[in-house]
Amino acid sequence: MTATLIWTLAVLVAIGLYLSWTAGRLDRLHARIDAARAALDAQLLRRASVAQELATSGVLDPAASIVLYEAAHGARQAEEEHREVAESELTQALRAVFEEPAQVDAVREAPGGEEATRELAEAVRRVPMARRFHNDAVGAARRLREHRKVRWFRLAGHAPFPLAFEMDDEPPAALVDRAA
Amino acid sequence: MRIGIVCPYSWDVPGGVQFHIRDLAEYFLRLGHEVSVLAPADDDTPLPPYVVSAGRAVPVPYNGSVARLNFGFLSAARVRRWLHEGAFDVIHIHEPTSPSLGLLTCWAAQGPIVATFHTSNPRSRAMIAAYAILQAALEKISARIAVSEYARRTLVEHLGGDAVVIPNGVDVDFFAKAEPRPEWQSDEARGLTGKEAGGTIGFIGRIDEPRKGLPVLMRALPEILAARPGARLLVAGRGDEKEAVASLPAGLRSRVEFLGMVSDEDKARFLRSVDLYVAPNTGGESFGIILVEAMSAGAPVLASDLDAFAQVLDQGEAGELFPNEDAGALAAAAVRLLGDPKRRAGLRERGSAHVRRFDWSTVGADILSVYETVTAGAAAVAADERATGLRARLGLARD
Repeated sequence: MTATLIWTLAVLVAIGLYLSWTAGRLDRLHARIDAARAALDAQLLRRASVAQELATSGVLDPAASIVLYEAAHGARQAEEEHREVAESELTQALRAVFEEPAQVDAVREAPGGEEATRELAEAVRRVPMARRFHNDAVGAARRLREHRKVRWFRLAGHAPFPLAFEMDDEPPAALVDRAA
Repeated sequence: MRIGIVCPYSWDVPGGVQFHIRDLAEYFLRLGHEVSVLAPADDDTPLPPYVVSAGRAVPVPYNGSVARLNFGFLSAARVRRWLHEGAFDVIHIHEPTSPSLGLLTCWAAQGPIVATFHTSNPRSRAMIAAYAILQAALEKISARIAVSEYARRTLVEHLGGDAVVIPNGVDVDFFAKAEPRPEWQSDEARGLTGKEAGGTIGFIGRIDEPRKGLPVLMRALPEILAARPGARLLVAGRGDEKEAVASLPAGLRSRVEFLGMVSDEDKARFLRSVDLYVAPNTGGESFGIILVEAMSAGAPVLASDLDAFAQVLDQGEAGELFPNEDAGALAAAAVRLLGDPKRRAGLRERGSAHVRRFDWSTVGADILSVYETVTAGAAAVAADERATGLRARLGLARD
């Protein structure tokens, strides 16, 4: 009788520890998603700022300036639910404007252009990185949250179900001339 | 930035991952960052000032060869101490799936963790068995880097998630500026008109490891020598030289010269001297740093068509490919290239332009971008108290 009781208690404690460990894992994943999302936001904002600076600097022709300004402004002002579309549009605008290597060279030759091109190249390279890290974390959290033990015992608490950030982030080829 | 790098393989034994970490650490130090590398090493091995020893590695059979790994209670304690004393902004773990320091660090740390996956092993049975444990550790990694598109694909298939591709780095100028050594050059390259058609073929790699493909090259050699009797094969690398030439007819053995292990300087001069570099590797390569080094030194490259090699050679644009393990095709391509100086000059030129993307200035900047991206939204690295398990959870841990 006592033996059965002890065994039952031991099993319960083991299950409790396992669940607490899983909850810890999940908590850590949510923290990782938050950090990755903050990093992604920072990179997106940085890209939009550099694009806007370039659009208003006068080194581009008026048509390109307007297209780029419009897209950069749209990306910065977008509501959360339109964010992915607006950021994708900025990517497309950047690709359209910097499609030709000659355009990149022209910007580079303008005063302060070297610096601006470097910043833009860095920004368009980092956005896909940050997005990949974010979505990687989201994927890991989702895989764990779909597990039975997490659903049955509501280990995720009130944390919202994580969503991937989907957008077109293919950088202009002329700006990042290197292997994928 | 305070950067902690974890090397899973013994620092005493030279290898691709170790060299990569050494060059990366030195690149960051030159930029003024603080770097500490945690690596297994024997107590009496002289270490560079930035390397911290995690104790002696134990040789165990793993993944088809004998690997020297670190695991166990003492190693785990050393990892925790290193994390504690380092107070890093970011830690960069190499090969986190190998059962060594990388995995231990994943367990013991929290905060921004970057991991580079070097190999692209097919999923081993051990990995399937350890999947749940592995997954819990790998979940902590904020950013994954794969060294090639091929390595990324395997990673995605086996572990899920995603990674950015950043190739391994090479100090291109070190190879490009090396002085050729006349005794390793062919008569043609030295401007002499040789009596017979010749040329020197270079091979670097372990002689006794069949994966490196020397046997394929040996099978192709009689045909190459029949077409170009003056040709020589220069082999740099450790291993049993007698056994390597055992398959060759006795009369041809004098056309093969063994140089043994060569220093970094000699490796660069070697690659500068040869007329053709052949990489007949039969598998197990996830990147092919030697091809990048050969191209940096301006050696025309002929390589087997492994996925990783095809990618490094820009699908055959920057160097020629032959069907894997096909000695006949290797011989035909080598004979054609040795007899066509114009084609070799073209490959040389395209190779030199292509390797710029593998230079440390590009690769190092990309890796630093990854560090900056993951540290942007996160606190610094710390020992993960939750990982201490029971004691911490029951409130018994010391702080």
